[in-house]
Amino acid sequence: MGERRVVYLDHAATTAVHPQVIEAMLPYYGERYGNASSVHSLGREARQAVDNARATVAEILNCSPREIIFTSCGTESDNLAIRGVCWMRRRQGDHAITSSVEHHAVSHTCEQMERQFGFEVTYLPVDEYGRVDPADVERAIADTTILISIIYANNEVGTVEPIAEIGEIARRRGIPFHTDAVQAAGALSLDVQELNVDLLTLSGHKFYGPKGVGVLYVREGTELLCSQTGGGHEWGLRSGTENVAGIVGLATALKLAEERREKESRRLTALRDRLVEGVLSSIDHCWLLGHPSQRLPNNANIAFEYVEGEGILLALDMEGIAASSGSACSTGSSDASHVALAMGVKPEVARGAIRMTLGHENTEEDVDRVLEVFPGIVQRLRAMSPLYEA
Amino acid sequence: MYSELVMQHFTDPQNVGVIDEPDGVGKVGNPMCGDVMEMFIKVKENHIEDVKFRTFGCGAAIATSSIATEMIKGKSLDEAVNLSNKAVADALGGLPAQKMHCSNLAADAVRAAIEDYRSKEKGTKNEGEQREE
Repeated sequence: MGERRVVYLDHAATTAVHPQVIEAMLPYYGERYGNASSVHSLGREARQAVDNARATVAEILNCSPREIIFTSCGTESDNLAIRGVCWMRRRQGDHAITSSVEHHAVSHTCEQMERQFGFEVTYLPVDEYGRVDPADVERAIADTTILISIIYANNEVGTVEPIAEIGEIARRRGIPFHTDAVQAAGALSLDVQELNVDLLTLSGHKFYGPKGVGVLYVREGTELLCSQTGGGHEWGLRSGTENVAGIVGLATALKLAEERREKESRRLTALRDRLVEGVLSSIDHCWLLGHPSQRLPNNANIAFEYVEGEGILLALDMEGIAASSGSACSTGSSDASHVALAMGVKPEVARGAIRMTLGHENTEEDVDRVLEVFPGIVQRLRAMSPLYEA
Repeated sequence: MYSELVMQHFTDPQNVGVIDEPDGVGKVGNPMCGDVMEMFIKVKENHIEDVKFRTFGCGAAIATSSIATEMIKGKSLDEAVNLSNKAVADALGGLPAQKMHCSNLAADAVRAAIEDYRSKEKGTKNEGEQREE
């Protein structure tokens, strides 16, 4: 077989750090190691780097730098948004609205607020494509509603939610609106004014930036209880010495991603369609999960009847192809994806879902290699499945 | 995550398929929430003459089914019925903790097939009282 390049189709899990990003980060691990809170020149240099990064992110989000909070990851940003708003607005009410297709960073946080702390949470249903109906959001709003949190683009099936429309409703009703935009960065607009959001989560490593750094956008006037007390960093909302290199890396990566967003989205959409059409036309009893058009340019999630996802993943891996079943976060358990189940997919079919997420380094040749081996893999596993009667 | 032996049995599973007119069939599991295994046996002089399986499940489920069929082929029914999940997992060089239930399923499938055979035998002896599941 020789040295074959791995065809990496798991960009929704993580991405390789862009060389330009590494280059931008390195000085802050080396000669520019100052603490951004220090008064001396080394400290000021670090402060300047953080300030510049904040301004870069703010420009892309079309907001003020004052509204950007750097955190350690997307999960932390989601936690800070949900807990922060719920606790701060406890006196106004105890009801939050979210969807049934959120990332666990949101859904498990909401569940904890509900079970451990007595908040009430409405988990909105989705249609067969995974879309939340804005009218359902409006109907779910009560006098006690203090927060709405809906994912921008789904991490498993790639469906894009009508965030601007939901945001308009939330704005009209005076309820803070959070969106987890972790998968959307680099693919969709992050303009918080167009999106009508008050809080927005980003994670550096999903757009060719480093792991260990995230962003929470907090609209001016949105009150949050801080997640960490201490030296008062990040406008008092998230104390802790800044991860200067990580913050510089995130901002550099976001800028690069934004610059090539439209062109790259078109390229990935074409590759994705080639992949999806190729699989669907060469294998029977399989379906695309998620919305056919309102979906992330790089996401193909296909459910294969009569086989279990892990078997396909192992077989693909042996062919040098890296994909994922459902969400990578829940591997280790063979449970069907909560997103697929919320969309009404039968559990035994949901368990045969494979997520392939394309990225920069993928080419048409990569897609064709996947298409070459896929039918044989599914055929072999079906031949040993008691559920399959050819 | 998996041992080499697990991968070997996943890639090249032994005794896959069905037996026409089997003497015993064991079907365990539920596709809604877990794996499904079917074990077919042919019995001759109280020994397992032939065995085949079909499995819907993860890599570990396929590998445990495969090695379980190898472990019971040619064995007496009394030996085979005592196949433990631990023996199956050990024979594969161990399984990740969250996949141990797969070895239970393989041992259960073997037992179910033998029980099916024995109940049919008993039925035949008691003048052809057949049970269908």
